[in-house]
Amino acid sequence: MISRILANTGEATPNPLLPASYDLLWSSVAFFVLLAFFWFKVLPNFKKTLDARTEAIEGRLEAAEKAQAEAAAKTANIEAEQAEARAEASKIREEARAEGAAILAELKEQASSEAARLTATAKAQIEAERQAALISLRAEVGSLAIDLASSVVGASLKNDKIASSVVDQFLAELEAGDKAGKKK
Amino acid sequence: MNLLFVAASTDESGGGFHAPSIMEFYPEIVAFEGTPFALNRIMLIRLLVLTLLIVVFALWTSKFKQANKSGNHIPGRFQLMGEISLNFVRKSIAHEQLGEKDGDRFLPLLATIFFLTLGMNITGIIPGLNIAGTSVIGLPIVMAIAAYVVFIYAGVKKHGGHFFTASLFPAGVPKPFYILVTPIELLSTFILRPVTLALRLTMNMIAGHLLLVLCFSATQFFFFDSAVAGFMKLFGAGTLLFGFAFTVFEILVAFLQAYVFTLLTTVYIQLALADEH
Repeated sequence: MISRILANTGEATPNPLLPASYDLLWSSVAFFVLLAFFWFKVLPNFKKTLDARTEAIEGRLEAAEKAQAEAAAKTANIEAEQAEARAEASKIREEARAEGAAILAELKEQASSEAARLTATAKAQIEAERQAALISLRAEVGSLAIDLASSVVGASLKNDKIASSVVDQFLAELEAGDKAGKKK
Repeated sequence: MNLLFVAASTDESGGGFHAPSIMEFYPEIVAFEGTPFALNRIMLIRLLVLTLLIVVFALWTSKFKQANKSGNHIPGRFQLMGEISLNFVRKSIAHEQLGEKDGDRFLPLLATIFFLTLGMNITGIIPGLNIAGTSVIGLPIVMAIAAYVVFIYAGVKKHGGHFFTASLFPAGVPKPFYILVTPIELLSTFILRPVTLALRLTMNMIAGHLLLVLCFSATQFFFFDSAVAGFMKLFGAGTLLFGFAFTVFEILVAFLQAYVFTLLTTVYIQLALADEH
């Protein structure tokens, strides 16, 4: 196509493969001006922007990682504290239970010893009263019996010695009869 | 701006069908005629593209600076667009082929080649401009030479003089074959690489422009020329449709050629740095 066009247009046709001087000059101007512009102006700033961005992204990732690690550490701390608190609480509970049991046992012992003591005192008292009653009863019964006997016999039992021996003998017999009746 | 709208066509006389010619790429000189500073429409388009690229990237750079100063690491929508554009060259091309360290080392050249080529290519389909800044061979030659110089520099810096011997006498080839292999390697590595880089880009842009001119001047001819009558005018609709399709295709080509030029430059640098040398 080119050759046909070349043939058509005759002799004065310039050769499109050979540059004219002004063509080369303006081409060089355009090329070198743009080259210098890119080299010293556009690309350094472009590179700086990209580097700063990369740095910022990496920095932020690092900060995020750090924050995450901190949070994880905090969580672990809290969990440890919780476990400790739980352990302490159960220890305290255990102790309280043991103490409670001890108190209970002590109280029970105290109560039973108190009861035993009370029982013993009561028994002693009863025994003493019974003795007293027995003695007074014996004396009373003796004089009553003497009065009765003297009135029945009519004889004056002035001789105290005989009278008291009779009464004693009577009471002994009475007692023996009483014991035998109880055994029945 | 008015200078940009100087008619691209060299033939303004009367009716008939005007086939596009190679003179499309040599429009009238509008200033400094006869000096190396001569300006024509295409040179003005180049300067316009350069200005726009610098303005856009300066805005992005000011956003980057602002972000650096304020420590705000969340890019806005506009800043993100700049980052995506630059990262396309940085990550998808440079880092992919060269690794991060060497990729960043050669990034200024690669980014310049990519965005300059893309900007200059895309003017081919922008209404009012309608011709690619890369469609005259000067710019592709300058970029191809830059790529050539840089990949040789990369090789020599890393391997010293051994770079040339290793390139010309590849390891693992039986000695007698060097008679055959060495001239081929010399031709392909040190001559054809820059030539193909420059030619591929220029010819793509020239062909694209000629196709579009052909389609649209045919549309003009079928629709409005007095010599065409009746249903023949319908051909104009067909050529218009083709013109539209090729416009869309040219957008793809603009991106693709910018990508290919940059990628090949990167691959040449990568081959020069490779340890086989």
